[in-house]
Amino acid sequence: MNKLFAASTVALIASLSAANAQTEIQWWHAMGGELGAKLEEITKGFNDSQDEYTVVPSYKGTYPETMTAAIAAFRAQQQPAIVQVFEVGTGTMMAAEGAIVPVHQLMEEQGADFNPQAYLPSVVGYYTDTNGNMLSLPFNSSTPIVYYNKTVFEKAGLDPNSPPKTWAELEEFSTKIKESGAANCGFTTQWISWIQTENLSAWHNQPIGTEQNGFGGTSARLTLNGPVQVKHWENLKRLSDEGIFKYGGPVGGDNAAPMFYSQDCAMYMASSASRAGVIANAKDFEVGYGMLPYYDDVEGAPQNSIIGGASLWVLSGKPDEEYAGVAKFFEYLSSPEVQADWASFSGYLPITQAAMDQMATFYSENPGADTGIKQITLNEPTENSKGLRFGNYVQIRGIIDEEFEQLLSGSKDAQGALDSVVERGNALIAEFEAQNQ
Amino acid sequence: MKRTLFRNQLLPWLLLAPQLAITFIFFLWPAAQAVRQSFLRQDAFGINTTFVGLSNFQALWNSPEYLNSLQVTAVFAVLVTVLSMGFALLLAVAVDRMIRSTSVYTTLLVWPYAVAPAVAGILWWFIFNPTIGVMPYFLDAIGYDWNHISSKTDAMTLVVIASAWKQISYNFLFFVAGLQSVPASLREAAAIDGAGPVRRFFDITVPLLSPTTFFLLVVNIVYAMFDTFGVIDATTEGGPAQATNILVYKVYFDGFVGQNMGSSAAQSVILMLIVIALTVVQFRYVEKKVAY
Repeated sequence: MNKLFAASTVALIASLSAANAQTEIQWWHAMGGELGAKLEEITKGFNDSQDEYTVVPSYKGTYPETMTAAIAAFRAQQQPAIVQVFEVGTGTMMAAEGAIVPVHQLMEEQGADFNPQAYLPSVVGYYTDTNGNMLSLPFNSSTPIVYYNKTVFEKAGLDPNSPPKTWAELEEFSTKIKESGAANCGFTTQWISWIQTENLSAWHNQPIGTEQNGFGGTSARLTLNGPVQVKHWENLKRLSDEGIFKYGGPVGGDNAAPMFYSQDCAMYMASSASRAGVIANAKDFEVGYGMLPYYDDVEGAPQNSIIGGASLWVLSGKPDEEYAGVAKFFEYLSSPEVQADWASFSGYLPITQAAMDQMATFYSENPGADTGIKQITLNEPTENSKGLRFGNYVQIRGIIDEEFEQLLSGSKDAQGALDSVVERGNALIAEFEAQNQ
Repeated sequence: MKRTLFRNQLLPWLLLAPQLAITFIFFLWPAAQAVRQSFLRQDAFGINTTFVGLSNFQALWNSPEYLNSLQVTAVFAVLVTVLSMGFALLLAVAVDRMIRSTSVYTTLLVWPYAVAPAVAGILWWFIFNPTIGVMPYFLDAIGYDWNHISSKTDAMTLVVIASAWKQISYNFLFFVAGLQSVPASLREAAAIDGAGPVRRFFDITVPLLSPTTFFLLVVNIVYAMFDTFGVIDATTEGGPAQATNILVYKVYFDGFVGQNMGSSAAQSVILMLIVIALTVVQFRYVEKKVAY
């Protein structure tokens, strides 16, 4: 017993001194399951590549949980150096000037190898300020695309190799599918907020809010009750009544995927990063990929879609040697090899041009994998299609879901529902503006 | 009242100290923090703080969402209380008539109480899941299209069932105990006077049970208002369109997801006042007024 105790003490001291020799960098993230394992593998690659720094990744739960944990930790002065924050938290993080270290500033201060031009503007644009300075490092970005059931298309007498390009086509195809009995419903979707509202606006070059969709400052207000958005919501309500569209639930729409997998619905609008999951679950049918449909009577459509996902923020109040390590780690994460590895594994978009070039073979071998990247780079992003940045946006997304549900239940029309989104959302944005003055 | 005299003046305080410390650290201190925070406006990271007086409360008063939440909470609390107490009383009366198997049934009926609210929520979520659940499948057969994701009524029904189910056990135990204290001689006398079982139940059992009933009423309202967070979080998350967003869930959502600490604190102060009011009612009336 004593011997064992002595041995373990020695081992403990040895491990402590080994840890002390290196600077530890805490990284809080929200990647569970397979993605989490891959993330740890990538981190291990960095830790093994040098002996000055150890990055310690910790899984903190869902996106909101991770962000909340980091904020609570910051208030208690126990914050990690790096935290992964989802895109709708961008407004909150950006406004917290004393709490974050902008990535461009960190890289310059640490003299890291950093060239803002190397990054894809349609990906990093979401996380830059109006002067083009990168505030956080995009880590996992995706964009919504259309997945469709080729087998059902064939049964309904449609060409399995041509997904619908416009909403009119989508409706026509859906009606055929439903009438021929090939499937019960035409389409379903994840995220009413992200896909059917925000991306719909960007894709049709319509503003989501003032001040360049909020990039210009916290005085921006929502304007997503424009004619195109109203028309689209009206259509969704009508298609839902006709049984052509089935609602998959609020937030990410948990019930949408099972409807597509069980061949109940023939088409499914979802994140490009869902590709691996779709392939794994599409057991009895063949999957096709298409870009989001658009209304061909709207000028400027299709523009480009916007991203979702998360980026890495650096929190302030840490010793300088940790920041040196963070800069090194970010260099490593941005390298074409790591990016290409992560993007091909996960289905997320690569963040640099070099990584995208490196993935050429992967894209040619995996049809559909490049639909997302093609869609976000379709056109040079405009003020309306760069992304969006509003405070309290997590709740505003909730409001979008609620008002959409009001529309579906018939208690409001599309104009009324979107007017409420704007009114209630702007109250939250005004509150946020007041909090950050 | 009997008074115990301690020679040593310090000893009673020392004996009380652990409990006092816990009360202070886990109850009084956070409560004071909540009251303080309710007068402040602060950004998520706590960098900018402004004193705003009562404006957080004023904002709640003018917020249709908050008023809706109040209404939802009232409906929810009444339904949960009525349903769980009704069923519990029914079961208790049934068990009270058993002679031999009472303890077996009692044990079986108490089991659900051991299930944590979040687990109960998940169980019901599975049973009623519109895509993979068993209940929607059966309901579909009788022509009802169950969907608690888009129907407000279905969502409310789901959270009420899930919350009441758990509480039935607790109420049941108290009712069984209460029934056992109703003297058999009274019922027998009434029977001899010619009163039927229904009459005996309403004229003898119900009045004699009233202290238990009133106690359970308060306990159940408190349960429905405060302890059902896990059920809501695991099943509907307050949706659809805030149809099941009860006050305690809104405190959590606005504070922890929305990062609006001021409003969240103001809401918890209001909840604190409600709990104080309920406690006062319980002590005043349960202990004194309900008599027979």
